[in-house]
Amino acid sequence: MIYSKEYETMQREDLEQLQVERLQVTLNRVYRNVLFYKNLYDEKKIEISDIKSLKNLASLPLTSKDDLRGSYPYEAFAVPLRDIVRIHSTSGTTGTPIVVGYTKNDLKIWSCLVARVLSAAGITGNDLVQIAFNYSQSTGGLGFHYGAEQIGASVIPASGEEVLKQIQIMKDYRSSALVSTPGYALHIVSILEENGMDPQELNLSTGLFGSEPWSEKLRTKIESKLKIKAFDNYGLSEIIGPGVAFECDEHNGLHVNEDHFIVEVIDPETLEVLPAGMEGELVFTTITKEGFPLIRYRTGDISSIIEEPCECGRTTRRIKRVSGRTDDMIIVDGNNIFPSQIEAILFEIEGVEPHFQIILNREEGLDVIELKVEVSSNLFVFDEIRKVQSFQQKIQQQLITSLGLHAKISLIESKSLGRTRGEKIKRVLDLRKL
Amino acid sequence: MLKIRNLESGYDKLKVLKGISLHVKSGEIVTIIGANGAGKTTLLNTITSIVKTTGGKIDLKGVDVTTASPNLIVKSGCALVPEGRQLYPSMTVKENLILGAYTLYRRREHKLALENLENIYTMFPVLKERRSQLAGTLSGGEQQMVAIGRALMSDPDLLLMDEPSMGLAPLIVKDIFRTVKKLRDKGKTILIVEQNAKAVLEIADRGYVMETGSLILEGSSEDLLDNNDVKRAYLGRDYKDFTD
Repeated sequence: MIYSKEYETMQREDLEQLQVERLQVTLNRVYRNVLFYKNLYDEKKIEISDIKSLKNLASLPLTSKDDLRGSYPYEAFAVPLRDIVRIHSTSGTTGTPIVVGYTKNDLKIWSCLVARVLSAAGITGNDLVQIAFNYSQSTGGLGFHYGAEQIGASVIPASGEEVLKQIQIMKDYRSSALVSTPGYALHIVSILEENGMDPQELNLSTGLFGSEPWSEKLRTKIESKLKIKAFDNYGLSEIIGPGVAFECDEHNGLHVNEDHFIVEVIDPETLEVLPAGMEGELVFTTITKEGFPLIRYRTGDISSIIEEPCECGRTTRRIKRVSGRTDDMIIVDGNNIFPSQIEAILFEIEGVEPHFQIILNREEGLDVIELKVEVSSNLFVFDEIRKVQSFQQKIQQQLITSLGLHAKISLIESKSLGRTRGEKIKRVLDLRKL
Repeated sequence: MLKIRNLESGYDKLKVLKGISLHVKSGEIVTIIGANGAGKTTLLNTITSIVKTTGGKIDLKGVDVTTASPNLIVKSGCALVPEGRQLYPSMTVKENLILGAYTLYRRREHKLALENLENIYTMFPVLKERRSQLAGTLSGGEQQMVAIGRALMSDPDLLLMDEPSMGLAPLIVKDIFRTVKKLRDKGKTILIVEQNAKAVLEIADRGYVMETGSLILEGSSEDLLDNNDVKRAYLGRDYKDFTD
């Protein structure tokens, strides 16, 4: 079903007019209210009134995660803090998160955008939607929660309950839709199998999975094992959270909510805008957000734009399912982690050289992360087990407190990690089959 | 109905409109709210070609009317209810109304003009009652009715209204806006420029907020009413209400 027919099936010409209007209004507002953008445009001698069409957007500078770090925590808000009614945050590259504020209207719009995502997957007011995203600082849980309430579905905020409890809820409450990461769905599959339970005992018919890239192969697996229809959706907290783009029944690319976000794809090296069909980095501009508007924000996600009209009747352009990252960010159970964050933590811990390797694997559908750290060889010479153990624990504790990351730590001898010819250790070894 | 892109205009060296883009769909009531001097009247005067455009494009019913003359704009089905009524006080109500049909008379469509006049009398019975009275002797609300009636004489599809609530008592303002709603129900499309944000947002479908020649907000009336900037600046809610 199309939740917002008027906007989702708009004539392209009308949509473009709306986008231009909203873009100009947003630019006027960020120039007045956000010091970061005002300084940026003044410095580059950019007149925002020169942005007369969508094409002109390309003449504005891009915004990156690093740019926003300088505005921590509230500097990039476009409204006074008292107008903000919700604050979420994302992990930043070096530990400084990006704080995202929502006004009352932002939340209203967000709920309606997620309602579009759910409706496109066939969710109605009759569904019982179990949300197995952690209800925390990240946007997955509350984003879907409000969206599902918006369409009148019954929401089960299962959040971070452990998996057996989730399955019990699913069975007893007769949940008809599951919202989680695809990895978590896989985990549920393996726990069901392990406990000899039949997925048929469940009432599940639809799954909405996102916040990490997943393949068609994984979709087929989840669909056949859980006997559901699985839909991909795309969003990121900096932009709004879930509700940026979503799959319809056609399962052929994700419709972008273009009346609220302008999508571009750029070459991550030359920063040139690429034509539809060419793969590159996704860049979004928010055109209705009040609290935390972003102009040409680089997502680091790799995709391409599909311009051809979709069979479903929506006129919005689509993006291909995200195939990877332009940077070294890794996604572990839906959480974004940069190797540089781990490096910074190791730096802080005395005696540990920041030579390490992250090994990612998947066991029973869950991501397992192992950290191999090279330590000064004298630690092994003395062979003090206790000392080694305390080091391990120290690192482990730091990773949990700083990143919420539960990792297995292996200390190994200096220079024992395989190096490429450039004397560089391969930072991440991803053995997961996504 | 109306589509405007990057509209710029002003008076001599003074640039008032700094790139306005907006649209009004058929059958909509759209409002532009803003404080004194924001450029609201200039915008309407630029749309109707009273003030010359220096940049951008105006598209009325799919036709580019950026450089059209004011009378051509009226002929294309767009009429203006000007700020402060602008009636001829020493002429009768009927005479004032008939002036609004000058394009019809020039086309020798006297009959159509009379028909329109009768329609207006049915819609505003009070004007029929007072048709022989001098316009200057009417109350503010009645004068506004005459001004609206005069604009309707050319049977426009798009009605532009410049601060219809100006100088009127709150109850009369309600009356006027009820009339505006009725006009929409009769198939008219309406663009209203207003300072009285609360009253106009109650009847409008969508709105834009204008500040010093630029639009800084766009949204449904409901969203605008919920926006704290709008509340602070135009709904008379003091900063104190928010900080306390």
